[in-house]
Amino acid sequence: MAEHSITALVLKRLASGLVTLIIVSLLVFAGTEILPGDVAQAVLGQQATPEAVQAIRDQLGLERPAIIRYLEWLYAFVQGDLGQSLVSGREISELIGQRLKNTFFLAGVAAVIAIPLSVGLGLLAALYEGRPTDKSVSILTLIFVSLPDFLLGYILLFLGAVTLGWFPALSKLSDSMTFGQQLNAVALPCLTLALVTSSHTMRLTRAAVLSVMHQPYIEMATLKGASRRRIILRHALPNALSPILNIVMLTMAFLIVGVVVVEAVFSYSGMGRLMIDAVSKRDMPLVQACGLIFASVYVILNLTADILSLLTNPRRRRPK
Amino acid sequence: MRRFLNELDTGARVGLIIVVGFLLAVFVGPYIIPYSEVEIVGKVFARPSGAHWLGTDNVGRDLLARILAGGQMTVIISFLATCGAFAIGVPLGIITAIIGGWSDLVITRMVDALMAFPGLILALILLSALGTSLPALLLVMSVLSSTIVFRLTRAVAADVAAMEYIEVARLRGETMRWFLFREVLPNVVPTLLTEFGLRFVYAAILISSLSFLGIGVQPPYADLGGMVKENSLAITFGRMAPILPALALAILAIGINLIVDGLLKRNSELDLHK
Repeated sequence: MAEHSITALVLKRLASGLVTLIIVSLLVFAGTEILPGDVAQAVLGQQATPEAVQAIRDQLGLERPAIIRYLEWLYAFVQGDLGQSLVSGREISELIGQRLKNTFFLAGVAAVIAIPLSVGLGLLAALYEGRPTDKSVSILTLIFVSLPDFLLGYILLFLGAVTLGWFPALSKLSDSMTFGQQLNAVALPCLTLALVTSSHTMRLTRAAVLSVMHQPYIEMATLKGASRRRIILRHALPNALSPILNIVMLTMAFLIVGVVVVEAVFSYSGMGRLMIDAVSKRDMPLVQACGLIFASVYVILNLTADILSLLTNPRRRRPK
Repeated sequence: MRRFLNELDTGARVGLIIVVGFLLAVFVGPYIIPYSEVEIVGKVFARPSGAHWLGTDNVGRDLLARILAGGQMTVIISFLATCGAFAIGVPLGIITAIIGGWSDLVITRMVDALMAFPGLILALILLSALGTSLPALLLVMSVLSSTIVFRLTRAVAADVAAMEYIEVARLRGETMRWFLFREVLPNVVPTLLTEFGLRFVYAAILISSLSFLGIGVQPPYADLGGMVKENSLAITFGRMAPILPALALAILAIGINLIVDGLLKRNSELDLHK
């Protein structure tokens, strides 16, 4: 069968990514619409006067059909207008700005630790399959996978900030800090995030590399006497590259979601804590904005993973 | 039973001991220890002592009694949510695999959309609308967890549905009920059992994370995650109070993961021998 042109495939994947994003935005919108009664009643509680409820209804335009409100919300969102917070009345884009930067900084530094860690350990475990190195790495990651994020966070907090006193217990960033000071402030949350996510992705890397190493052509290469180094670098790695790239992207997607709990542990002022505050105060417009941002970043990272894997794996270009 | 135990690797046996020990502790323990989980027995954040093995919590309650009661809460909620996930996912998965066609397409697409979403974020969005009552929590957790159960059941059931004995049954003119209970279900049970373990761990960590964030189980009740939150201040005084409930959760999760890992290895070895 003929190979599709690569541009056409990538475009097709981009289009389906866009559809996913639209479905996700619908879900975010519908998710906050399913409550019994309506947003106005929920925000103000049972004791609210009918006038107050009506005022919020007017402010949000709840009298109009949901589908119209969804389209308006999405249209404004795409143009960067995120609406106003119900609780503080401030512009949501203003509330989010700095916090989004903080969260990206946290996740970015964590990615620098997590990606080499997960790919490196995964490769190591796969190459020494069944030997002590593999077994100890595998048991270690099995334990780390089972740890809730906040446990690791508090253990690192206890060791790094309380016992050793190397790092601050509250991770606060300010503009007056040098880059080094900022790194020091986020060291513990980043390490927590990196350890939590790389235990998942390391297991994925190991499985991906092993599935390549068990292919007949690798056995063939071994039998014809190629050196181990040559087998790994020339035969195995090119085929394992696509799943590994995929895993790198997946790590970043995990990191973006992982920030929610980790920010709470270290009282870090980022998107995660903003969203939690919004949820507990039932500030619906803010919940929607945060939810859509988190979900979009997640979807886009997964989409990038998929496109990278299309580009690096010629076999995927053939129709099944 | 003995044969089954012999087939398990060391890790799985250790896991089994951990899980049985944990369940005994949280379901029998509260009747044995002399303190109730709501009774104030001493100073705030007291160090561990002979009377209070793990010390006291943020209002001076016995921390061991709290963790046992909280562990029970976590186990019960996670179990119910996992059962909910299977009650949604398994029938849908089997039915779509057998019927196929239009209903299969619609349901699979819906599940894909749900899975494009990071679970915790979707849970937060839904809970902000539904509130954090226990039924709402269970509903949200069940739905979130059911997506993977659905996919797995559908995949396994589709494999089974392509087998010859199913074709024979179809030609015999058997009813839908027969297919479900006599042909398909017995063949998907082993896979689903290990998945139940994984889903249980997912539910336990999800509910604990939600409670830790203040959006899960609400006071006066508390699960393990809620106890981490209550005691979080203690860490700056150098006390382990928030770490211990989290550790209890981790022990349960490690135990179950060890069993599941052993079962998966055993299943793949059995496949090789065929």
